[in-house]
Amino acid sequence: MTEEVIKAEGLTKVFNKSLVAVDHVTFSVKSGEIFGFLGPNGAGKTTTINMLITVLKPTEGKASVLGYDIVKQANNVRKVIGVVPQEYTADEDLTGYENIMLCADLYGIPREIAKKRALELLELVELTQFKNKRVETYSGGMRRRLELACGLINRPKVLFLDEPTLGLDVQTRAATWSYIRKLKEEYGMTLFMTTHYLEEADVLCDRIAIIDHGKIIAIGTPSELKDSLGGDIITIRIKENVDVSEIIRGVEHVKDVKNDNGSYRIKAESGEATAPLIIEALRKKGYTVTRLSLTEPTLNEVYLEYTGRAIRDAEESREAFRTQRITLWRARAG
Amino acid sequence: MSGANEYHPSMLRGLCALTVRELKKWLKDPVMILMLVLQPLIWMGLLGKSMNINAIFSTNSLGNLEIRDVKIPGSLLNPPVSGVIVIPGTLIAQQLQQMFSDIGAKIMQNTFGVTDYFSYMAVGMVSMIVMTTTMFSGMSIVWDRRLGFLDKVVSTPVPRAAIIFAKVLNATLRAIFQATVILALAYLLGLQLSSTFTLLNLLGVYAAIFLLGVGLSSVFIAFSLRSTRMERPMQIISLITMPLMFASNTFFPIHLMPDWIQAVASVNPLTYLTDAVRQLTILPLDASKLAFDFMYLSAFAAILAAIGIVLSWRYLTR
Repeated sequence: MTEEVIKAEGLTKVFNKSLVAVDHVTFSVKSGEIFGFLGPNGAGKTTTINMLITVLKPTEGKASVLGYDIVKQANNVRKVIGVVPQEYTADEDLTGYENIMLCADLYGIPREIAKKRALELLELVELTQFKNKRVETYSGGMRRRLELACGLINRPKVLFLDEPTLGLDVQTRAATWSYIRKLKEEYGMTLFMTTHYLEEADVLCDRIAIIDHGKIIAIGTPSELKDSLGGDIITIRIKENVDVSEIIRGVEHVKDVKNDNGSYRIKAESGEATAPLIIEALRKKGYTVTRLSLTEPTLNEVYLEYTGRAIRDAEESREAFRTQRITLWRARAG
Repeated sequence: MSGANEYHPSMLRGLCALTVRELKKWLKDPVMILMLVLQPLIWMGLLGKSMNINAIFSTNSLGNLEIRDVKIPGSLLNPPVSGVIVIPGTLIAQQLQQMFSDIGAKIMQNTFGVTDYFSYMAVGMVSMIVMTTTMFSGMSIVWDRRLGFLDKVVSTPVPRAAIIFAKVLNATLRAIFQATVILALAYLLGLQLSSTFTLLNLLGVYAAIFLLGVGLSSVFIAFSLRSTRMERPMQIISLITMPLMFASNTFFPIHLMPDWIQAVASVNPLTYLTDAVRQLTILPLDASKLAFDFMYLSAFAAILAAIGIVLSWRYLTR
C-alpha cells in the first residue's frame, strides 16, 4: 500500500520563457491517500495539476502517474486518471446524462457499460432526477457534482480535483467533502487535490504540500505540520507602546516571539502554563497585558509560519484574482 | 492493471461524440436556426434582387422611345419611285426594342453564362456563406478553451485528431446545411436551373463545399487555437472575407476584371467552388472545367488541412 502512485521530480513550468509558474517541485503521493496542494491563488497549483493530467508539457523535470511518464506515455496516463477541473466544463446545452455519456465516448467505454455506469454515478451524486435537464438549469453545487461524476466515468485509479469547492457556499462545500470521501471509499482511489481553503485541506487531506510562488515549502500530514510549529500560539497585546519582545523571550518555554504592530505572536510549549508566566513577567516590568488569546496550532498558523503571510492576504480581491488568471492564461497561450 | 486499460478510445467514436455535441448545441436553439435561414434570405433578397443587372438590358430601361416617322423621298431609292415612303416611328421603336432585348440577352449570356443575374448571384451567395460559416464555426474552439472544456477533452485519451476533426466536420456540416437552405430559397425566388441539372448534382455541390470547408476551417481552427480572445480571429475574418469575395467570380465574372485582380482570382479557392457549383446547377455542365475545379479544391483542402492539423496538434498540448 505504500506504492508511489504519483511521483514528481523537479517538475517545472515556465510560461513565455519568463513566468515561472512551477519551480522545481518534488513530491510523491502514496496509493490510497488524499494528497492536497495548499496555497494561495497563483501559487502554481493548477499548473502542477495540468502537467500531471497531460494538458501542459513540463518545461523541466519529470513526473509519472502509476509508473507512466506524463510526457512519453501521456496516453496511458490519460486512461487511468479522472479529472475534475476547477471550471464548470460540462456543456451547458446538453443534459447531465448526455454530458456523462460524452465523457464515456471520449474514453471509449463500451456503450452498455457506460449507460449503466452513468446512471450509477448520477445516483451517487444525487442528480438522478435532473439527469434529463440541461446543465444550464443546474446550480453551482449540482454542476460540481456533475463534474465529479464525469471524472469518475472511467473508474480512474487516480482522481485529480482542482479546487473542488471553489465558489461554493459553506453547506455545499461540506456536502462536496462528504461526496469526495464517499467516492474515495467506494472506489478506493488515490486523490490529488488543490485548494486554498485551509479547513478543507485539514479536514480532507491525509498529507499536504504547502506551495507558494511555485515552490513547495512544507510537506507532511496536517498534524505533522502543526507539530512542526513546536507548540501553541499565544497572542497578546499590551497597553504600552514599546517593544517587549526581549522580555517575553526570556520567559521559560517560550520558543519564538514575533512583534506584529504591537501584537505579539508567541510560540510556546504548553500554552496554558506559559501564558500566566508571560503576564507575570510583563507585570513585573510594569507593563499591562490588555488582550490575550491562546490557540492550538491550526493549518492557518502553519501557513503563516511558512509563507510569512495569512492565506487571506495572499488571496487579494476577486477582481485581482481574475486579472491575474487572465494574464497567466494569455501567457500560456502565447 | 485491469479496469481502465480495457477501454479503447477510438478515433471514430470520439469524432462522432464531439461532432454530435456540436450539432446538438447548434440545433437546440430555434432562433439560431431561424437566423441561419433569414440571413441568406435577406442577403439574397436585397443584394440579389436589388443589383438587378437584368433590368439594365430590359426594354424598360429604354423608356418611352419617341421616334418620329421616317419619310424617304421616292427619288432617293434605286430604282427611284414616285412619291414618299413613310416608315412609322412606332414600328422602328418596336424593332429597336426587340433588338435591344436580344442584344441584352446576348450580353448577359456572354458575360455571366446565364441570362439572369439572380441565378448567377445566388450561387455566388452559396460560396460566400460557405466561406463565412466555416471560418466562424471554427472559432468556437476559443470558447471551448475559455470554458475549460478543451482542457478536459485533452486530458482524456481520445485521439487528438478527433478533437480537431470534430471541429472541421462541424464547420463543414453547417456550411452544407446553409448552402442547401440558400439553394432552396433561391429556387423559390426564381433561380433557373440548367437542363443538365439532376438531384444527383447536389452531391457534387456538397462535395465541393466539403473540400473548401475542410481547407478553410482547419486553418482557422489552428489559428483560433492560438488566440485566447474572440476579437483577433474575428478581425482576421472580416479582413480577408472582402478581398476573397470580390477577387473571385462570386458576384462578377473574372474576365472583365483588371489583370491584377484576375491573377488573385485565379488562385482564390472561392473562384473554383463557385464555378463548380455553377457548373452543377445553373450552367450547362462542362465536364473538363468541373474536373479542374475539383482538382484545385482537393489540392487546396489537402494542403491547408495538413497545415492546419499539424499546427493544431502543436498548439493542443502547450
